[in-house]
Amino acid sequence: MSLILDRTGSSAERARDLPFFSRRHTGPGSGLRAELVVPSMHCGACMRRVEKALHALPGVTAARANLSTKRVIVEWSDREVTPAMIETLDRIGFPAHAAELPDRQHDADLKALLRALAVAAFASSNIMLLSFAVWFGADPSTRQYFHLLSGLIALPTVLYSGQVFYRSAWAALRHGRTNMDVPISIGVTLTFGLSLWETALHGRHAYFDAAVSLIFFLLIGRTLDHMMRARARSAVSGIARLASPSATVIETDGRRSDLPLGKVMPGMKLAVAAGQRVPVDACVIEGTSDVDCALVSGESTPIAVSAGQQLQAGVLNLGAPLVLLALRPSSQSFLAEMTRMMEAAESGRGLYRRIADRASALYAPVVHAAAALTLVGWLAIGSDLHQALTTAIAVLIITCPCALGLAVPMVQVVAAGRLFRSGILIKDGSGLERLAEIDTVVFDKTGTLTTGMPELLLYEKGTQDHEANLPLAAGIAAHSNHPYSRAIAASCPRPLAVATECVTEQAGYGLEALIDGAIFRLGRPGWAAPAHAAGSDASVILSRNAEPLESFHFRDRLRPGAEQAIEDLKARGLSVEMLSGDRKSAVADLAARLGIVYHAEATPANKVQRLEELKREGHRVLMVGDGLNDAAALASAHVSMAPASASDVGRTAADLIFLQESLAAIPLAHRIAIRSAQLIRQNFALSIAYNLVAVPVAVGGFLTPLLAAIAMSSSSIIVVLNALRLALTAQPEK
Amino acid sequence: MVDALFLVPLAVILSAAALIAFLWSLADGQYEDLAGAAERVLHEDRERPASDREL
Repeated sequence: MSLILDRTGSSAERARDLPFFSRRHTGPGSGLRAELVVPSMHCGACMRRVEKALHALPGVTAARANLSTKRVIVEWSDREVTPAMIETLDRIGFPAHAAELPDRQHDADLKALLRALAVAAFASSNIMLLSFAVWFGADPSTRQYFHLLSGLIALPTVLYSGQVFYRSAWAALRHGRTNMDVPISIGVTLTFGLSLWETALHGRHAYFDAAVSLIFFLLIGRTLDHMMRARARSAVSGIARLASPSATVIETDGRRSDLPLGKVMPGMKLAVAAGQRVPVDACVIEGTSDVDCALVSGESTPIAVSAGQQLQAGVLNLGAPLVLLALRPSSQSFLAEMTRMMEAAESGRGLYRRIADRASALYAPVVHAAAALTLVGWLAIGSDLHQALTTAIAVLIITCPCALGLAVPMVQVVAAGRLFRSGILIKDGSGLERLAEIDTVVFDKTGTLTTGMPELLLYEKGTQDHEANLPLAAGIAAHSNHPYSRAIAASCPRPLAVATECVTEQAGYGLEALIDGAIFRLGRPGWAAPAHAAGSDASVILSRNAEPLESFHFRDRLRPGAEQAIEDLKARGLSVEMLSGDRKSAVADLAARLGIVYHAEATPANKVQRLEELKREGHRVLMVGDGLNDAAALASAHVSMAPASASDVGRTAADLIFLQESLAAIPLAHRIAIRSAQLIRQNFALSIAYNLVAVPVAVGGFLTPLLAAIAMSSSSIIVVLNALRLALTAQPEK
Repeated sequence: MVDALFLVPLAVILSAAALIAFLWSLADGQYEDLAGAAERVLHEDRERPASDREL
């Protein structure tokens, strides 16, 4: 699995981002600290080379690589210039880019969970050993001694490790909701309380082992769930950013300086080099060039711009350097507007409730009612309060949702691991639950169904002219990086060699070559052959002394696997449609090739509207998109997927991200989601079946600590084994 | 019974020591880069512990 890095900028551009990700750190000799992502670091030798190269730079005080996360934390002393870290790494063959420093809060949460888990493991293993002696017959004084010792170990464990559940249960109750942690907290507390009471009365049955091992089992599920999300998060932030957080400003005296986006004000002059994105909404004042609006509007063909035209933030400059006049500050730019729309759309989705919480909403009242009925029943048949209470609590102990608490996270962790190996990242388990419910898939066009790169539409072979002209065009085109030039060059295996000094590039128009005294032009029709341009619908014309030789048409190149993926999705009973911001002609052509319904020329707001419409009709929609213009739609859909090449905003909005080029990831993810939904249902059925057997035993008053321990561990193990079937059965599917 | 009076607390104390050792190693960051630590053993060429350990 490789992360897509080929769409990132030059090393200079990535280095420009570095200061904006670096943070001042405290401690001895306080300086600056930043984190670099180095995806190509694979072994100990790579790690040493990276560390040594960085150490050798003047000013760098420390460089420590982490091979597991493929990141390097670098510290350097505070001075005017940032060490040339990214350039240095590029030179020794390790392309790197700066990333946000790790999320301290999340790391701290994971560590707290691991500590709680370690304490629970310690306590449950010790108490279990003591309990064995009690279960298999110990004289009353030994039993009492072991009970006291168990209570002594259990008390701090319940208080410390149990916090995880108490906090979450309290947070839910305070907002007037219940979740799985409410019955868990009640169960643990009552089990522990009953055992203390029994111990105080020198009773036979204490359930300290049940209370502690319940916490232990559930914490395993909780920790695995947390680690799954941490892994996805670090992989997502490991993908290179597309939008630069800074802009190059030309000051009144002509000096150029890099400013953070937040400080760019309307009226400032900005320089945007070829290959850079426009930082804020702006208007062109100098230069002509072509721009790529694919991420912004979904339009696939490059657009020619010249002085006076307005550009939206996020547009990619393809041709020549442009000088722009900033029209709006970054906070009011197109990008910020999209982020706001996305947040608005996202708030509508907060209504989704996790399967586990829905299950517990049914489960908790039933269990608590059963316990209450047991209490009343035993009192009614004339037993004393102590007998009635212990039996009622025994019902709570045996029904404590141990298996239920593991039923969902175990399956989701195994599924996320499966997806991860296939190059699909999932941000959390709820995305998987929602993906299993979809009945409609909506695709964006540019960058999602297509690669966003044009491909040359070839003519029927055999025409004499064509055979002769294409190698010439390819030879000229080889000297340019424009998408059209690259498409022409790529379509001809044996281009004519054209010397570099013969070719000049006219930014925004095309290429001009002087060969054997004749002027060949390859470019826009109006420029290459002005006299013949009127009737031509070609995108690019090759001309000789202004006489057209050949015209070229292009179409979007489909992403690999797009056709099969769509067939596959349709075969699985999902309806598929396309929602694009591109021109109708381009969209209709592609829709016909793929045989799907389409909506063209959709603005970002139109896209959200269409999704709302589908939602009102009762459909559950998977949105697949990549652009800024899709972000709001991604956030408002039931569940969403984005390719790794998507805009930052798109990646943030999506629930799943696929790292590979091929769209085959989508049916695969759907298949795994459906399979895990099945396994979750099976696990629930197993837990319920177990309760049906165990509850009558407890209600009848026959529960002993030994029975409770056996029932609890065996049901948990069965649920975990059932979840692991996902990893086993998934293999032959390939 | 007399044996259990000190043997069982001894067992608890020993496992508590293991717990404390684990909590210390967790706080020390020894689980942050499992792949890297395994490789570092082979490539570390410093005589003394590196000064940047606290990273």
